[in-house]
Amino acid sequence: MIPAAFDYVAPTTVDDAVRALSEAGEDAKIIAGGQSLLPVLRMRLAAPSKLIDLGKVPELRGIREDGDALVIGAMTTHYEMQHDPLIAEHASLLALTANAVADPQVRHRGTFGGSLAHADPAGDLPAPALALDAEMVVRGMDGTRTVPAAEFFTDFFTTALRPGEILVEVRVPKTTGWSAHYEKFNRVAQAWSIVAVAAAVRVEGGAIAEARVALTNMGSTPVRATSVEQALVGREATPSAIRDAAAHAAEGTSPPSNADADAEYRKHLARVLTSRAVSAAVGA
Amino acid sequence: MTATMEPEVGKSRRRKEDARLITGRTRWTDNLTLPGLLHMAVLRSPMAHARITNIDASAAKDMPGVHAVFTGADLAGEQGSLPCAWPITEDMKSPDAPSIAVDKVNFAGEIVAIVVARSAYEAADALEAIDVDYDDLPVVLDMAAAVEDGADLVHEELGTNKSATWIFDSGAAGTGGDVDAAIAGSEVVIERTYRQQRLIPAFMEPRSFMCDPTGDQITLWSSTQIPHILRFLLAAQLGVPEHKIRVIAPDVGGGFGGKLQVTPEDFLTFLVARRLGKPVKYTESRSESLLSGHHGRDQIQKLTLSAKRDGTVTGLKVELLADMGAYLRLVSPGVPILGAFMFNAIYKFPAYKFVCTNVFTNKVPTDAYRGAGRPEATYAIERLMDELAAELDMDPMAVREKNWIAHEEFPFTTVCGLTYDSGNYEAATAKAMELFGYDALRAEQKERRDRGDSVQLGIGISTFTEMCGLAPSRVLGSLAYGAGGWEHAAIRMLPTGKVEVVTGSSPHGQGHETAWSQIVADQLGVPFEDVEVLHGDTQSSHKGMDTYGSRSLTVGAMAVVAATDKVKAKAAKIAAHMLEAGEDDVEFQAGSFRVRGTGAEAKGVSIQDVALAVFAAHDLPDGVEPNLDSEATFDPENFSFPHGTHLCAVEVDTETGRTTIRKYVCVDDIGKVVNPLIVEGQVHGGLAQGIAQALFEEAVHDESGTLTTGTLADYLVPSAADLPTFTTDRTETPATSNVLGVKGVGEAGTIASTPAVVNAVVDAIRHFGVNDVQMPCTPMRVWQAINTGQTDAGGLGDEAGGGLGSMNVTDTSGGQQ
Repeated sequence: MIPAAFDYVAPTTVDDAVRALSEAGEDAKIIAGGQSLLPVLRMRLAAPSKLIDLGKVPELRGIREDGDALVIGAMTTHYEMQHDPLIAEHASLLALTANAVADPQVRHRGTFGGSLAHADPAGDLPAPALALDAEMVVRGMDGTRTVPAAEFFTDFFTTALRPGEILVEVRVPKTTGWSAHYEKFNRVAQAWSIVAVAAAVRVEGGAIAEARVALTNMGSTPVRATSVEQALVGREATPSAIRDAAAHAAEGTSPPSNADADAEYRKHLARVLTSRAVSAAVGA
Repeated sequence: MTATMEPEVGKSRRRKEDARLITGRTRWTDNLTLPGLLHMAVLRSPMAHARITNIDASAAKDMPGVHAVFTGADLAGEQGSLPCAWPITEDMKSPDAPSIAVDKVNFAGEIVAIVVARSAYEAADALEAIDVDYDDLPVVLDMAAAVEDGADLVHEELGTNKSATWIFDSGAAGTGGDVDAAIAGSEVVIERTYRQQRLIPAFMEPRSFMCDPTGDQITLWSSTQIPHILRFLLAAQLGVPEHKIRVIAPDVGGGFGGKLQVTPEDFLTFLVARRLGKPVKYTESRSESLLSGHHGRDQIQKLTLSAKRDGTVTGLKVELLADMGAYLRLVSPGVPILGAFMFNAIYKFPAYKFVCTNVFTNKVPTDAYRGAGRPEATYAIERLMDELAAELDMDPMAVREKNWIAHEEFPFTTVCGLTYDSGNYEAATAKAMELFGYDALRAEQKERRDRGDSVQLGIGISTFTEMCGLAPSRVLGSLAYGAGGWEHAAIRMLPTGKVEVVTGSSPHGQGHETAWSQIVADQLGVPFEDVEVLHGDTQSSHKGMDTYGSRSLTVGAMAVVAATDKVKAKAAKIAAHMLEAGEDDVEFQAGSFRVRGTGAEAKGVSIQDVALAVFAAHDLPDGVEPNLDSEATFDPENFSFPHGTHLCAVEVDTETGRTTIRKYVCVDDIGKVVNPLIVEGQVHGGLAQGIAQALFEEAVHDESGTLTTGTLADYLVPSAADLPTFTTDRTETPATSNVLGVKGVGEAGTIASTPAVVNAVVDAIRHFGVNDVQMPCTPMRVWQAINTGQTDAGGLGDEAGGGLGSMNVTDTSGGQQ
């Protein structure tokens, strides 16, 4: 498990990182927490010529408020997301999802931005980012642009990041006062999701006023369960109403079949887990 | 030293070896280095069955730092064959087993080329520069198809995929009746086919090997369970004089049978170092470990049990297919045979027949894995007893009680001809049932079932026994095993009264250093801290049969005890002389010799005083050698037969199929206990491994014979987070077959727990018409069993499901960050 040789640089500013990436060309890779990339390198599934480490760039860290949004630095670790008071208050779905990632070691090293940019369909953070209508702030030599989550995840392990661009921060509209839950279904505690459901709802007077639901590993990208959301809005937050709405969860999905779960079983799980996720969020 | 010294045996001492093992600041093989050390890397075949038509290694030879490149052709003349020490039948077919393939590969993972370089990094890089051309051959993967006429063959030259068929028939052996007659005349017949999925031992320390050929004697460090056997077989197979080989197993990080092997990597590290005349090290990666360390289990069990309608069993017939993989490794053929005597378990079957056919496939070879044959047998019989209970609408414990050997019937000779020396199934069961709250859980099960709850409760029982403490040499001889089953020990009394214990057992995580120190402290009356245990080096511990089959305490420690007896006998002569008394008038108690009848306050001579007197040798009795050191070799007269009652309650979420263990109670009877804390650790680890088979682990080969569970992201070893809090307790029925009254515990938890869990899963969903779920009982399998009756859902799937496992089928050039 020895990777092929590569060059390594650790810039200290985003500008330097962008420049290094641009100069190194297409064979270079950004490394954030390394929790997905290092196994790939060690198994020699990829052999980049150069690694550009973002670990020494202070401006990529930290969580701040910006009006109606939280701005989360790309290098924020899962552990920091689990324990940050701003995230707990304004984007609790992210904290709950970060809780479900792998194991404590991975949560201390792995990063929010790394997880999003890696775009593993079984990774946990993309679905809540999609559910919460997060916006990816990316920077390249041509400057900064913003990509909505709905356009960011384009395929298996593929995003809208262009060559030479780095994900620098994630703007997450506040869902202050919302209830949330991430329901993860896997075979052992540290494993990737077979299916998972990210749900956030706003309950007003016992009824569901707004709902956001997204699914992990129900296709090549995270999938927004819009028909579930529509079915939930205006309904009483009761188990039976939630179950009825969750029956739409598999609509429009094309999940994979493999040894742990075939497509039909995944669709069934999506419905069951969506019901559970929303019920757990609202305490029904 | 006073007469009131508290016995060490029975104390829950923390293990003296743990600090260094846990921190890793110790002598793991890969931690070791030598001047001028070279590093070896190996290229493994991606093909499961193919002819090698060409290997072009010329570019690799020119890579930076590369010292040498070897292919099979380079080593064919000296590699001999890896040994198989257990020819179970006279006509057993056993192909030559090269360490490095020469012109044909028979499983994916087989070594085809070797690079030796200045660093492990350079060696790994150079592997990529080797080109191997293969010509595909048909891949043989399915055991049942492999034994059909006209099947494609793994080894053409053998003319068949059947290695051997081994039969035990109680009618023919005179130990019981004729099973076919019993079945024909029975009131109830239960027929089932169970599958023992393939497992991987998955020890924590990957295997590592280092060889120093620069002295007159070649030294091999190997992360092995069997340094003594390895030395013998290096000599026997490679034609090197035995006295010119030294094998050292330094600290070894787990084995579970997976390091009970003479491996290709042992031989190749040895051969390459010798060829180059320089020290060479090879350490495998985790994926290589999963791919080339031997696998375990992998049987298809066709079972027929007959009984009367009152639940009394009348016969048991077992027909096995056992997957050997591509080659016969050290004891591969004998693993299912170790189970042959255990299908009847604790029950009084009047007739029994066992037929096992060992089969070659193009898969990783199988061999011993924790329990080795006995978990498979125990699973089969404990599942069958539940099925019989269901058929007769009886409580599953009542069926067992009706058939088990009663306490007053011991010693009991079974239908296999084994004599169980001791046991008390009633006591262990009563204690377990009480701890478990059996009746309350049954009531809850009924309530949930009546209510149609989405979460159903199931209760699983396993009243297991096993045969361990391998083994009486005469029995091994009768089974055509290639060696004896004795163990050796020596005691060295140092001038300061400290003690060195040399043991032929070879610990790889069991805690021998602590346990042996406790035993010797009591035997010689010396402080625990004054005892050092030496092991795992054929130079210091020159004689041994090593560690496997729960044999260390019941065999190895008996040799230690026998050696201390000899020390005491020698010391008594000298002490008597020092006390100016006759030898017959001196007694030894709590570390001191005194004149008999003079009481604890009388002047005594401690064993340390004697050790110093022997060192000086100024005033010894005439004709007495100045030496207390003693050695002993112990050959057991019987196996040990631990037993216990394991009870498992699971909750099955019928909406998702997920099984959650709610309660696990086990009451084990392993006789007298030397260190309860070590026993607790063995039981916990054993339970985890047995539960892993029931719910989590399976080694899967795809249609082309590629191992698809080649990382720990795919081969699901559970962690503490996936397991319940265990309730463990013990009853103590001393073994009568050894002086300490002890039985083995290393494999008990693994053997017992698998059927307890699967019985519980099936019990939870039997009312849906389910009578089996194939292991591992994954959520999808359980859900499918409930909803469609299919018991083996899953199998192979080829679509990327995300995670590390999907990386190799996906373009990873996307935006990793």
